[in-house]
Amino acid sequence: MAEYGFDTLAVHAGAQPDPATGARITPIYQTSAYVFDNADQAAALFNLQVFGNIYSRIMNPTVAVMEERIAALEGGTAGLAAASGHAAQHLVFHTLMEPGGEFISARQLYGGSVNQFGQAFAKYDWHVRWADATEADSFARQVTDKTRAIFCESIANPGGVISDLEGIARVAEQAGVPLIVDNTLASPYLIRPIEWGAHIVVHSATKFLGGHGNSLAGAIVEAGTFDWAKSGKYPTLTDENPSYHGIRFYETFGDFAFCVAARALSLRDVGSCLAPQNAVLVLTGIETLPLRMKRHCENALAVAEWLARDQRVAWVNYAGLESHPLYPAHRKYCPKGAGSVYTFGLRGGFDAGMNLVNRVRIFSHLANIGDTRSLIIHPASTTHRQLSDEDRIKTGAGPEVVRLSVGIEDVKDLIADLDQAMG
Amino acid sequence: MVPNYPDALIARILRSVKSIAMVGASPNPARPSYFAMKYLLDKGFNIIPVNPGQAGKEILGQKVYAQISDLPAPVDMIDIFRNAEAAGPITDEAIANKDRLQLKVLWMQLGVINEEAAKRAEATGLTVIMNRCPKIEYGRLSGEIGWFGVNRRVIDNRKPFAFSQGGSLRRG
Ligand SMILES: Cc1ncc(COP(=O)(O)O)c(C=O)c1O
Repeated sequence: MAEYGFDTLAVHAGAQPDPATGARITPIYQTSAYVFDNADQAAALFNLQVFGNIYSRIMNPTVAVMEERIAALEGGTAGLAAASGHAAQHLVFHTLMEPGGEFISARQLYGGSVNQFGQAFAKYDWHVRWADATEADSFARQVTDKTRAIFCESIANPGGVISDLEGIARVAEQAGVPLIVDNTLASPYLIRPIEWGAHIVVHSATKFLGGHGNSLAGAIVEAGTFDWAKSGKYPTLTDENPSYHGIRFYETFGDFAFCVAARALSLRDVGSCLAPQNAVLVLTGIETLPLRMKRHCENALAVAEWLARDQRVAWVNYAGLESHPLYPAHRKYCPKGAGSVYTFGLRGGFDAGMNLVNRVRIFSHLANIGDTRSLIIHPASTTHRQLSDEDRIKTGAGPEVVRLSVGIEDVKDLIADLDQAMG
Repeated sequence: MVPNYPDALIARILRSVKSIAMVGASPNPARPSYFAMKYLLDKGFNIIPVNPGQAGKEILGQKVYAQISDLPAPVDMIDIFRNAEAAGPITDEAIANKDRLQLKVLWMQLGVINEEAAKRAEATGLTVIMNRCPKIEYGRLSGEIGWFGVNRRVIDNRKPFAFSQGGSLRRG
């Protein structure tokens, strides 16, 4: 099979001229359902015996192009889209977990994921144990016979912490459980977690993949490398499934069985499907992912260097700076750039942070990241508000912290904006 | 070692074979062999099930034969839906019937690798594919499996035929 380069895949993977019309750009298949050829074909489709479209909660030809493109960029066997990054995470755990099960997660996480794991998932009787993304041994210490998965973000939101993927993958291997990596902040342009041993990659495609702040979207990619049958811990994949006449997903679909099960069971039953309009916006965004990520990282570094020299700034938490303790991790895992989302603290503390977000004129004060536009937020009073004081500090969102998502504008304008706003 | 085959070779096989004998075909609709048989029948291949326990009965409307020696000619390809150990004697039976059946391809399913058997078959001029599923390869090279978000590792800049007519596979 041909090995195409990353930039070629970003433009082409998954797409081809439309078989019906020859349209070169992926059409938006705005339809809820698809006619069957005949009763026999309908039955075969419902039994998963043939590949085809049934109902857009389960599959849609536009959404499928996005799924395949992200799978190709991550180097996985298959992908599955969801309505949001959170929906994607939910589908992954819904496929893996049974009541009473546990998983281990890095505590350096997007605040929304801390809530999802600690609170929403507890209602399903799935329980999270926390570890430190920069210390693989801290995961090993949390392994029990109930552990079913290990989770971390490749580059963590909001602190920009670069996880020790290789070390954490080794712990997962020894524990016999899959490593799930949220690759939202790095995007496959900076880090391809599967190459470090991840078995499942999840994305909030809302961020850098879509890249323009115009659509919520999520994605799951499967590496195709995990043996689901070995431990007997993943009955959804290995046991006879009553809603599909007793088929076993792993036996039937092999190295893309996880995505088929997540689609045909969890997505079917949970219903968090992606709209085709959003898939097209994400696909268009992905075409320029390599160009944008390069610029995002260049701008992020220049802004971080400027902040680090400024007297009004107490500290800058950007692994791209040579003085940062995670600089070696940046050189190892993502030498093309340390991402463009990071935090810094103003000497003026909480009040100075609030003043800054009120005074900026180019940076937008909002709760998102990974947009072409530069974004700024004060996590303690917004995204991480629901957490306890202790958890806020643990996730890197203390009271004096300001988070930037540096965009692709002229960097001199970004620096001038921060300069005037810091007063 | 996991064998690797160029897409062009797989595509050539799937475009040229018409009759496929499926050794280990199961009458149980939940088995992967049943899935593959159903799919390939839908795509217009002539599939002949081989299974001694089912001989004389029908699977998906096709008459089941007990063994390769009983098959009527011509058979272009034998698809082995049995484990690697069983693939050895099945390969020898295929070789013994090669000329009578006008056999061209010996195919072992996903997860089935038997290098020794493959060498014996290749020595007689058979093309051998191991550790692949013809259903998945057909879906991948026609483009149809993309509907399931599967990474086909294919880029095609031309308008494909309808998948019911072979999609990208039809043009080659
Ligand atoms: C790292 C990370 N993961 C997951 C999510 C959740 O994604 P979504 O907002 O698309 O549900 C976010 C959103 O901020 C995020 O930053």
